[in-house]
Amino acid sequence: MSQVAQRKGRAGFITGFLFAPLALYLTFVIWPYVQTFGYSFTNWSGQSPTFDFVGMDNYATLLSDEVFRGALWHNLLLLVFVPLVTILLALFFAFMVNAGGRGGAGGVQGVGGSRFYKVVYFFPQVLSLAILSVLFGAIYRSDEGGLLNGFLTKIGVIDAAHPVEWLNEPNLVLWCLLLVVVWHGVGFYLVLFSAAMQSVPKDIYEAALLDGAGRAQTFFKVTLPLLWDSVQTSAVYLGIAAMDMFVLVSTMTSGQFGGGPDHHSEVMSTVLMRNFLYFGKSGYACAMGVVMLALTMILSVITLRATRRERIEF
Amino acid sequence: MTAQSTVIKAPGEKAGEPAGGAGRPGKREGRRSEGMALNVFSHGFLVVWAIMIVLPLLWLALGAFKTDAQIGGSALSWPSNWHFDAFGRAWTKGIGGYFANTLIVLVFSVPLTMLFGSMAAYVLARYPFTGNRLIYYFFVSGAMFPVFLALVPLFFMVKRFDMLNTYQGLILVYVAYSMPFTVFFMHSFFRTLPTAIHEAAVIDGASDTRIFFQVMLPMAKPGLISVGIFNILGQWNQYILPAVLMQPQTSADPERYMLTQGLIQLQYQMGYETDLPVLFAGATIAMVPMLVVYLSFQRQIQSGLTSATLK
Repeated sequence: MSQVAQRKGRAGFITGFLFAPLALYLTFVIWPYVQTFGYSFTNWSGQSPTFDFVGMDNYATLLSDEVFRGALWHNLLLLVFVPLVTILLALFFAFMVNAGGRGGAGGVQGVGGSRFYKVVYFFPQVLSLAILSVLFGAIYRSDEGGLLNGFLTKIGVIDAAHPVEWLNEPNLVLWCLLLVVVWHGVGFYLVLFSAAMQSVPKDIYEAALLDGAGRAQTFFKVTLPLLWDSVQTSAVYLGIAAMDMFVLVSTMTSGQFGGGPDHHSEVMSTVLMRNFLYFGKSGYACAMGVVMLALTMILSVITLRATRRERIEF
Repeated sequence: MTAQSTVIKAPGEKAGEPAGGAGRPGKREGRRSEGMALNVFSHGFLVVWAIMIVLPLLWLALGAFKTDAQIGGSALSWPSNWHFDAFGRAWTKGIGGYFANTLIVLVFSVPLTMLFGSMAAYVLARYPFTGNRLIYYFFVSGAMFPVFLALVPLFFMVKRFDMLNTYQGLILVYVAYSMPFTVFFMHSFFRTLPTAIHEAAVIDGASDTRIFFQVMLPMAKPGLISVGIFNILGQWNQYILPAVLMQPQTSADPERYMLTQGLIQLQYQMGYETDLPVLFAGATIAMVPMLVVYLSFQRQIQSGLTSATLK
């Protein structure tokens, strides 16, 4: 390639091919990202062309903003539980799909119809969050018409006269949203972990079986360590998703841009959008964006550090 | 699809045949019965989760055939009629228009994303020059940042170009925000293409541009299909960008809502008008194209996802 690449006239071609993609990307992605930092030090309303530099004022206000602090706390809760629950379920199902089959002569193998399970499980991933919002809005309905209430009434767990108001119950609302995220995500990570499991050479499993390892032992001593890289990456992805949550919270819960009842499901993105589009506090909203970025970065680093292990080559 | 899955299953089925295990020592037999129990156990859990996925979606689609009273009364009621009028009402209530808006945007944004993404990825993957790595990381790092970080300035940027609530504005923004993943994916794809073919084309006197369009791009077709499907899914399902950029700016401005945005709009509207079958029909209409795309391309989606994330 090198002698080909060193030919003359290369520069014009390279520039020509990079120009349009780079120009678009810089204009609509990178430059707005950079601008956010600048605006976060101003009291810009968004409407007026003029604004003042206010230094760290927005950040100081953020610290004492009860709603934002509550939202931050909710994001942190989600940040722990979304990856934890999703990854555990996905690992469990991936192991079932790939190694839960009848252990015949060859040792570990997948269940029959593993392809079918993978196709079905992945399906929620291709649905838009708007569809999820309509679907789970209906499932969590506060009367007997909701799938959850209807089902629980039918089997006699809850009283027909007093169905649970899932999304209006301060202590339940966040967990109801968590369930939606998990329902949505498990299939994706199942496929991811399955692929990683399948890339592990079969003879490693066979060796473990010959040495007398049971299935549980095989999982914890062989499969999990070999999958560790994928688990780590997944934790970071899921963490980023847990920092967002905007669509589900803003469309499924009560209040302007969601967050209800009484800020019990508030997340940082909904507070940001409300301040930007409803209260007209663009500078303040930018400061929130910066805090979200900082937290995402910090938590990615923590996740990668805390889960760091010796990398196993195979 | 069927042929392929039989191939995949074949070795497993052979291993499970009694003939294979019969001649083996007794220890194997013990392991096999343990395996049997586990097999039932695994299927149990797997089936429960499969039901938890399929059932709610079927239930939603069934809701389109119920009456509003039926939906409110009991979740487990069976639809009283099998007329499609809720679908018709949903279509005329706006879903038809939102559907068209989304199609208009995607018809331009997806090919443009693919073209620009491939061009940048190709140059970055195969032409060493100063600043190559820097530009590559520049493109790829965009995937790490929360979109909320850019949202406020992005709104005013698009406003300055006078492109709020316009198709072309959203198309450009979609293309820009799809760059990180597309460049990342196509970059690794172009790197794997053999150099010999490139050199042969050069000797034949083809220009760089010609090599790209007539040699490299056709060779990258499998990668293009995978990344294309991801972009279709991603842009079709996008909500935050249109929610901010596609609001009518004056009362004279037409509504150019995307399907996701329109669906949420319908959710609010139908809550007041108490016509929930229309909402369920609308959600079903929005769901079906994705189901079709997914089922037709699930092999590419799963293998594409695997190669993109495990690299």
